[in-house]
Amino acid sequence: MTAVLTKSTAHSIVEASPRAKTVAGGLVILYAVITILPLLWIVATAFKSQSDAIAYPPKVIFQPTLEGYVNLFTVRTRQTPDFIAKLPPPETWYDKLVRQRDMVIAGPSKVVPRFVNSLIIGFGSTFLAVFLGTLAAYAFSRFRIPLADDLLFFILSTRMMPPVAVAIPIYLMYRQLNLTDTRLGMILLYTAVNVSLAVWLLKGFIDEIPREYEEAALVDGYTRLQALRKVVLPQAVTGIAATAIFCLIFSWNEYAFAVLLTSGEAQTMPPFIPFIIGEGGQDWPAVAAATTLFVVPIVLFTVLLRKHLLRGITFGAVRK
Amino acid sequence: MTTISQPDNAVIAGMSESARSRAPRRVRGLSDRAIAWLFVAPTIALLLAINIFPLIWMIRLSFTSLNLSMSYLPLRFVGLDNFTDILGDEDVWFRLQTTAQFVIWSVTLQVIIGFGLALLINRQFRGHSFWTTIILLPMMLSPAVVGNFWTLLLQPQIGPFNYLISLFTGVPPSSFSMTGQVSLAPWTIVLVDTWMWAPYVMLICLAGLRSIPDYIYEAAEVDRASAWRQFWSITLPMTVPFLMLAVLFRAIENFKMFDMVNLLTSGGPGSTTELVSITLKRAAFEKWRTGYSSALAIILFVTVFGAANIYVKALNKVKQR
Repeated sequence: MTAVLTKSTAHSIVEASPRAKTVAGGLVILYAVITILPLLWIVATAFKSQSDAIAYPPKVIFQPTLEGYVNLFTVRTRQTPDFIAKLPPPETWYDKLVRQRDMVIAGPSKVVPRFVNSLIIGFGSTFLAVFLGTLAAYAFSRFRIPLADDLLFFILSTRMMPPVAVAIPIYLMYRQLNLTDTRLGMILLYTAVNVSLAVWLLKGFIDEIPREYEEAALVDGYTRLQALRKVVLPQAVTGIAATAIFCLIFSWNEYAFAVLLTSGEAQTMPPFIPFIIGEGGQDWPAVAAATTLFVVPIVLFTVLLRKHLLRGITFGAVRK
Repeated sequence: MTTISQPDNAVIAGMSESARSRAPRRVRGLSDRAIAWLFVAPTIALLLAINIFPLIWMIRLSFTSLNLSMSYLPLRFVGLDNFTDILGDEDVWFRLQTTAQFVIWSVTLQVIIGFGLALLINRQFRGHSFWTTIILLPMMLSPAVVGNFWTLLLQPQIGPFNYLISLFTGVPPSSFSMTGQVSLAPWTIVLVDTWMWAPYVMLICLAGLRSIPDYIYEAAEVDRASAWRQFWSITLPMTVPFLMLAVLFRAIENFKMFDMVNLLTSGGPGSTTELVSITLKRAAFEKWRTGYSSALAIILFVTVFGAANIYVKALNKVKQR
């Protein structure tokens, strides 16, 4: 539909010629294909057997197997073929798959608890950051706050510290407060990082909602809080959702704090994935399987966020 | 959508304008000032607790010789010793140089590729939106996970990267190692970072290109300005503020770079890719020299903050023109 519209407008002078469009399209598609290859390779590696994954030369065509995913979710022990022959017949397809490699499943791996940590810390910090951010952004947008610009700059500047530098005093502080390696500690830390993004983004979104709506509501006898809840928030829903997804992505992807401040209980996926070890080094199919599962939500979010991506990555400095 | 809401807004604006003159200024409930403070205070309190208090603590520690692996020793104040140690240490200067080279090369490449892609995408060929989304994917991923899976792709024997290179150049794939060779490793981190972040520059440049009104180009057409001339005197100057913003964000982020490089090369081979954040992590969390690393952290923070401030001033000047 847009194509029809652009053709019918009077700006046809600026339109690129069909040939220029084809060339541009070809180059962009070429770049897109090259840039997506590494990801496709990882997705494919997740379906390779251990030996196919480390084959020399690397294999493009292979017999797909779910071994990588099974290895990701289980801990296995190697047994003699005699021992395995004596066991009762395998109950599930994954038992069978593992026994073909002379192994027996000893129990679940740590991947599920790590995934749960990522979810709890991600959603917890996102909820808090968006809640605090919405309040602060509304105040900055609608009221005259003394030194507002300085405060906003202060909120942003807390993001300029290298995470490793921030982690040094946080590590000491959390040790005193017994917050090291706890989900609460990580939620608070991620909230503090995310809230600066949330305030900046949401202020932009709320600025765009005409004040007149609220003022009409106030005249009708609403209190400020009622006006906020019934007039402003419903209009800011898209902006709040986009901000929440940005916060969630940050917490989901964060590595530096997680690796320095957690070791077990509260460890999230990013520091966990590189340490999925098999017999003799990284278990690449399992690592690739974990990476795939970890990246799928991000791909979905990227598609969802497409329209607001620009704002999110520039702290609301550039809007379309 | 905007075309629908605009007349609507105007009507409401007009209505409330007339209503406001009649209505009393007082509003029921909490006063605006109370609400403002109530709303801003929690955020400020959180940032004070999680960012500022620790920062002040760290400033205090930077004047001590605290070492966490020997924390039974009494806290000893050493004045500016840590700072003079760091600034006089040749190794630290090397790490800063490595970091600066990484920042300059990666940001330059990202600007070239990102701006180029934006120019191409701006031609609005069929399906450009779908392909743009594909191109944007790398920058949304976790840098740590990216660093980790690129080690597989770059393995000299089992990785596909060396094979692709050998396909085009004929160099045997196991004759070079992108992460293990002193001459290649610094370029490897630049390569992976560019793969990840060129789309970021592209997205911002695209916004810049779309902000240029059509009538300027139309006027240029009327004046018979060549396409080349139009690029240099319209497209580029009008995109520069956006480009500078992208450079600012990327430079700060890459100066702080830790996660991706830590997993890709962990600073090696030797210390060829040891960025200053990795040095800081080693001093603070492996050697446990807390006093020393606090001082280094402060130096880094002041550097970023100072550079960013100067840059923002320049940016504003460009915008005003």
